[in-house]
Amino acid sequence: MSDKTVAATIDLLYKIADDLLIIGHRNSEWTGLGPILEEDISFSSMAQDKIGQSQGVFTILHQLGEPEMDTNAFHRSAESFHNAQFVELPNGEYDFSLMRHFLYDHADQIRFEMLANSSFEPIAKLARKIKGEIKYHVYHANVWVVKLGTANKESHERMQTALNICWNYALGMFEESNYEKTLINEEIFVGENELKKKWLENITPFLEKASLKIPSESTWKPVYGGRNCNHTGHLKPLVLEMSEVFNIDPDAEW
Amino acid sequence: MIQSLDPRITRAEIEENNSISPLKDLDQWETYEVFHQKKRGDQHMHVGIVHAPNAEMALLFAKEQYGRRGVSVNIWVVCTRDVFTSDYDDTDMFDVSEKQYREAGGYKVMEKINKYKKANKI
Repeated sequence: MSDKTVAATIDLLYKIADDLLIIGHRNSEWTGLGPILEEDISFSSMAQDKIGQSQGVFTILHQLGEPEMDTNAFHRSAESFHNAQFVELPNGEYDFSLMRHFLYDHADQIRFEMLANSSFEPIAKLARKIKGEIKYHVYHANVWVVKLGTANKESHERMQTALNICWNYALGMFEESNYEKTLINEEIFVGENELKKKWLENITPFLEKASLKIPSESTWKPVYGGRNCNHTGHLKPLVLEMSEVFNIDPDAEW
Repeated sequence: MIQSLDPRITRAEIEENNSISPLKDLDQWETYEVFHQKKRGDQHMHVGIVHAPNAEMALLFAKEQYGRRGVSVNIWVVCTRDVFTSDYDDTDMFDVSEKQYREAGGYKVMEKINKYKKANKI
């Protein structure tokens, strides 16, 4: 690969790895506090899957010359994370976390489906490996969103409000990088625009089934910045908390 | 506000004298019996229960409760309410005294074999 292609691939992988790590951590904050035992176990287990998936991407980054996995995950300042701002937002109520899970995981599923055909074999291989895991995550999100969207007045209103709050942040996941052309030409990734198009196609029928309305297009204002390391004030405390144990003794053998 | 070693609890800003109203009677989901199959062709085995509001969510929870260690290829859920059971008062129906003749062990085969062996010096 040319230097430019390597740089483009690294940029793409950081986005994916950081999204997974941060949403995995956020969702794990529900462990022990979930609405019922069964859901607590499911949501925690999926959060753990996300961390595991990020581990897979960090491993590939290391093979491309980036720092070693633990260092990269726990020894970086919040200002150098490439995750979308959407995934760093604090949890709030469970409706918000479920809606974020729905919007994020649909995008995650399509992104990895697209990457399964990538010319960059390591990421294609990882994408094929985690396909089943993500399938369950999306299934879980779909069932909950449809159920709560149609259960009663309160649950419907809560889910609609959550969707409205999430929407522009969710659109921010598809912020384009300076490398889009390289990624597309080198057939590493089909690009954020394609991803967003497919994402809208996939989420729409489930939201319709849930009687939930996507905010009208004239109001769409994607919240960009995350991909270029501009974050909300919520990321820094999260990163500090996430790396708290690691930083007590960075050289400890686990 | 409750200050906890768990930062998530502290962040939730819970009042010290927070009175949590307990759930009303029956204000919870019913149960579903979960059966899993280890490999295609095997019988489904009962592995436990989950609470769920409907069968679809029961399946959702059953997968993570009982299938997350990667030993299942298929899962069934059955609403506990739909399981027709025998009564424990009728346990005596299962008594099998004086029926050894129905079991293979009832045939004194080994005795015959030993007798044959002895007779033929095998």
